[in-house]
Amino acid sequence: MEVKQISLFLENKKGRLWEALDTLAKAKINIRALSIADTSDFGILRLIVPDPDKAKKVLAKSNFTVRENDVIAVGVSDRPGGLAEILKILTDADINVEYMYAFVAKSGKKAIVVLRTDSISKGKKALKLAGVTVLSSQEVYSL
Amino acid sequence: MRGRSPCAGQHDIIQNGYGYGLFTGGLGIHYGAQCIGATVVPVSAGQTKRHLDIMQDFGSTILTCTPSYALYLTEAVVEAGINIKKLKLKAGCFGAEMWTDRMRDEIEKRFHLLALNIYGLTEIIGPGVAQECEQKNGLHIFEDHFYPEVISSETLEPLPDGEKGELVLTTLTRDGMPMVRFRTRDITALRRETCKCGRTLVRMDRITGRSDDMLKIRGVLIFPSQIEKALLEVKGVEPHYQIIVTRPQHLDEIEVQVETSKKLFSDEIKGLEEVKKKIEKHIENSIGLRVKVTLVEPKTLPRSEGKAKRVIDKRQL
Repeated sequence: MEVKQISLFLENKKGRLWEALDTLAKAKINIRALSIADTSDFGILRLIVPDPDKAKKVLAKSNFTVRENDVIAVGVSDRPGGLAEILKILTDADINVEYMYAFVAKSGKKAIVVLRTDSISKGKKALKLAGVTVLSSQEVYSL
Repeated sequence: MRGRSPCAGQHDIIQNGYGYGLFTGGLGIHYGAQCIGATVVPVSAGQTKRHLDIMQDFGSTILTCTPSYALYLTEAVVEAGINIKKLKLKAGCFGAEMWTDRMRDEIEKRFHLLALNIYGLTEIIGPGVAQECEQKNGLHIFEDHFYPEVISSETLEPLPDGEKGELVLTTLTRDGMPMVRFRTRDITALRRETCKCGRTLVRMDRITGRSDDMLKIRGVLIFPSQIEKALLEVKGVEPHYQIIVTRPQHLDEIEVQVETSKKLFSDEIKGLEEVKKKIEKHIENSIGLRVKVTLVEPKTLPRSEGKAKRVIDKRQL
């Protein structure tokens, strides 16, 4: 199964990010990874959670604009140049990265990188072909 | 009527900063200027660099534009390092939007000219329904062509002189499409005492408001419903919006706040920026004015309680 990411629209207003995270906390949803993209008047909060459907439901119920979409999660060697190697594979395959964020797992020697390419299937294919560890949704959610 | 000016004659060079096009201001002033034999330079609205060049090169003696643009020009002159004392401007005919005596003082002080108020409306003739004289004590209505009344917007009954109400005009000499008791929706009061200038024409106070929700943005009239119509033509947009009008640097700006919806939202900034630009472009194409669209969260804009407050006018005149 594809790794699902939850993204939500946030106005650039005091307390809004807290309200979103508080909604998740009250629903007892733990966050595996997150990133925020910000512009002058709004931001997009992107989250990887173990139960994306539930997260989507509780956030939508609290009037957040939520969206669920596929992303690619890969394991990257936790050493200098690890991420550069991955990006080179995508560049060589002529695939554009829209955004990405990384986090280091508690155990293990690998860092996890979440990637959003214009075409998820093409991106995945190119990475797999080059022998990169593409993680399944189960692997990511249970980290 | 358009040629009736208290201070312009055939030796004047009139620099016209009203927009040429469907707006009556540009061509109205242009024909009036030609009528009195003056030279008229049709610069039109919003060509600041050109305005400054022509002002210096041609030695314009009279400036005609909206008062907010006049203020903006005074700053542009300073920024461009132009010596105001070297300009030949002696008077300005400013109108097409609401303004105040404080704005007048500011324009006169900065530009060293006599700033006079002009009033008109497309439905009657465009500019030239009423004009201030150098006494700056209200606008003389050209009663030989227009019959003015002020009525109460509630009872629709005429009000006595000096009382504020809605200006109603009847054309006396217009062929083809005469107007009988046309409700201008502009709020003013009439004064009949003879002016110090000697004219006996009735005077109207400067316009202080509207009896409807019409907006004047950089001299151009806009109804919020026009913005709404354009907005809702964009796919996925919910009918929840708010229009905020500001005047940050003497020029009007419109911000349209639109609630995001599932259909509009994207996980990429690029996607949201595209939505914004698409709405901005569509509104600009429909109403002819550039607006700034801001996406806000769902259910954050006030909901209609009978009559929704769609417009917040933060301009301080």
